[in-house]
Amino acid sequence: MRAIVRLVQLVATLLVASAIVFAAMSVLPGDAALLRLGMNAEPEAVAALRAEMGLDRPLPARFAAWLGGVVSGDLGTSGTYDVPVTALIAERAAVSAPLAALALLLSVMLALPAGLLAAIRRDRISDRLVQAAAQVGLSVPAIWLGLLFIYVFAAHLRWTASGGFPGWGAGFGAGLAALVLPTLALGIPQAAILTRIVRTAVTEAMDEDYVALARAKGRRLAGAVIVHALPNAWAPIITIIGMQFGFLVAGAIVVETVFNLPGLGRLLFQAVAQRDVVLVQGVTLVVVATVVVVNALCDVLATWTNPRQRAAP
Amino acid sequence: MLARLFLTLALTVLPLAATAQVDRPLVVGMALEPPHLDPTAGAAAAIDEVLYANVFEGLTRIAEDGRVRPQLSTRWSVSGDGLAWTFTLRQDVTFHDGAAFDASVAKFALDRFRAEGAENAQPQLFAAIESVEATDAETLTINLSRPDADLPYSLAWGDAVMVHPDSADGNKQTPIGTGPFEFDTWRRGDRVILTRYADYWGEPAGVERVEFAFISDPGTALASLLAGDVNAFPNFPAPEQIPVLEANPDFHLEIGTTEGEVILAINASRPPFDQLAVRQAISAAIDRDVLIAGAMYGAGMAIGSHMPPHDPAYVDLTSVNAYDPKRAKALLAEAGQENLSVTLTLPPPAYARRSGELIAAQLRQVGIDATLKPVEWAEWLSSAFKGKDYDLTIVAHTEPNDIGIYARDDYYFHVDNPRLDEVVAELETQADPDARKGLLEEAQRLIADDAVNAFLFVLPKVGVWDARLTGFWPNSPIQANDVTAVRWES
Repeated sequence: MRAIVRLVQLVATLLVASAIVFAAMSVLPGDAALLRLGMNAEPEAVAALRAEMGLDRPLPARFAAWLGGVVSGDLGTSGTYDVPVTALIAERAAVSAPLAALALLLSVMLALPAGLLAAIRRDRISDRLVQAAAQVGLSVPAIWLGLLFIYVFAAHLRWTASGGFPGWGAGFGAGLAALVLPTLALGIPQAAILTRIVRTAVTEAMDEDYVALARAKGRRLAGAVIVHALPNAWAPIITIIGMQFGFLVAGAIVVETVFNLPGLGRLLFQAVAQRDVVLVQGVTLVVVATVVVVNALCDVLATWTNPRQRAAP
Repeated sequence: MLARLFLTLALTVLPLAATAQVDRPLVVGMALEPPHLDPTAGAAAAIDEVLYANVFEGLTRIAEDGRVRPQLSTRWSVSGDGLAWTFTLRQDVTFHDGAAFDASVAKFALDRFRAEGAENAQPQLFAAIESVEATDAETLTINLSRPDADLPYSLAWGDAVMVHPDSADGNKQTPIGTGPFEFDTWRRGDRVILTRYADYWGEPAGVERVEFAFISDPGTALASLLAGDVNAFPNFPAPEQIPVLEANPDFHLEIGTTEGEVILAINASRPPFDQLAVRQAISAAIDRDVLIAGAMYGAGMAIGSHMPPHDPAYVDLTSVNAYDPKRAKALLAEAGQENLSVTLTLPPPAYARRSGELIAAQLRQVGIDATLKPVEWAEWLSSAFKGKDYDLTIVAHTEPNDIGIYARDDYYFHVDNPRLDEVVAELETQADPDARKGLLEEAQRLIADDAVNAFLFVLPKVGVWDARLTGFWPNSPIQANDVTAVRWES
């Protein structure tokens, strides 16, 4: 029953998001057909292209037609690139999805030990150091971090390329190598946020009676935290990771631009500049759907990891 | 900025690898990615910047010096009344898929571009053509409805390159032309890769493989050069880095001219800009040297009318309506416009946004209060250009030989001058070079005297490439990156 409610919510969210994006794009001034034909275009040619692109039809009709296509798995044809939107998205997701996954992984791998350490050594030197590092990580924008990495590792040390993506066809290693610096630039600020969350969540759990009880029974602090406090801290941590995923997708636009990666973020950016409504709709739908699904999964996971909630009928 | 500090560090301690590999692929950086790869079906300059002369060829071409040269036609002649042009075509030409090129293919291509509802972005190039005949395999006759002395020039544009009936529809994704490079791969969002075409009819390309890499961020563009990932930027997107590049012996920096006249367009259909004195005042309020130094970091040349200084017919009219704030104030007083408020609409390119801020400050000095209004390209085209909804705007007109726009009815900065209309009409039919030069000079003077727009500077072509490369064009007489003669020197 809950699953069905969830599903209905999900579909409703996507529908509302699509309608908002469609409306927003139509309010933006600028004619996609004129943009494509340029300053010397004859009015007749612009009119013909507008008709071909369906821009002369009223907005609700265009939205309905688009929606009909989506239901049958067809996201339409990009007005600027003249290729199916699904193909463009698939191409770009092959870069963006691994990037997001790697950045998330990096962020968790850095934040979990750092946050735990800070919580266990609360108010000690190591806690202060972790907190300070997190503060720095939070204050550094991904774009600045990206440029710094490029100048140090690509232009100066020449360890990696300055950007671009060779395609997975060039081999798994080559593809992965191109994602190392972007992953760092995207993952480090996320890790800083997550470190704070982990520290807070674990600290709160440590103040609960059962940890004190475990300590009283002779458990060492670290053992008590990992066995008793951490399981109870999972829920808020997972919820935050789910929320972070949305920021990750937004941050990817900047990082993809700096590293010149052909990802979904840059595709979306170009599509907006070109007034390619069908493409913007397609990319937004996929991104919104991903964020919503990931959040839902995180909710389920958070419930499942909470011993008290799991025990409840 | 710390990034710049690192950059300076990198420049001082970083010697480029000195090994010469003559067969190396060439990686050319470009700021914008083309939306598709058919130069005959889109206005985006990036399309021509990848494909013109490299993959696609026309009956004629524009050479490095800006003049028209033979390409797929070896010679041409025009009838006494100027209405019938005969082109003799090359007979050893094949498209990259093996299809042969002949007069029937040329007829197909020209008919396709000028068909009703065609997607071609430069319909005016073909406006005078009445019919096209393939007399025999190597002879093409173009019949005109009125004389058009510019026809060989028009046919050299990217919008008029030769396409084959079998492959024309697919050119947006897989371009098939007759040039020295054939299309290999387009990794969308990253690069287009071309390779040398083995059966090319003419001089083979200088490199085996050329990759056009699309890098939109100026900071990344510089880093990609320093890292050696990109070998050349024919149009480097960040003039502020000119000193950095100049100081580096591993690169060759060449600041050339383009056909792009940057103008402060004035909407004369809207009072008080319909008054000559107001337009003259606006022009006299602007210190072009400050703009070039401040907005373009010293690259660019001041102009006083709508023609680039490298053109043989160029007249230096920078002294007409030159910088003179006192005169500007007097002119405004004479027009009764001492307290003028205007909106200055700015499209996205850096030259426009940066010039706009400086111009607003300069206008304020003579009592004109200018509000800046930044807009996106799509909005600029729809509202300012097409809808004429603006007071002042800054834009570069990059089409070569485009002075005729000043005689167009209802153009976005229209000022009516019957004499100019006559001059432009005469230019369309006059074939004698000396007479043409005289007409072009008169047209420039008329436009300057009318202060139709405030003419600012010519867009520079900031070219930077690996010092071991030769064959890049210093100037840009057409929006293209012709790399057919580029090669690595050991």
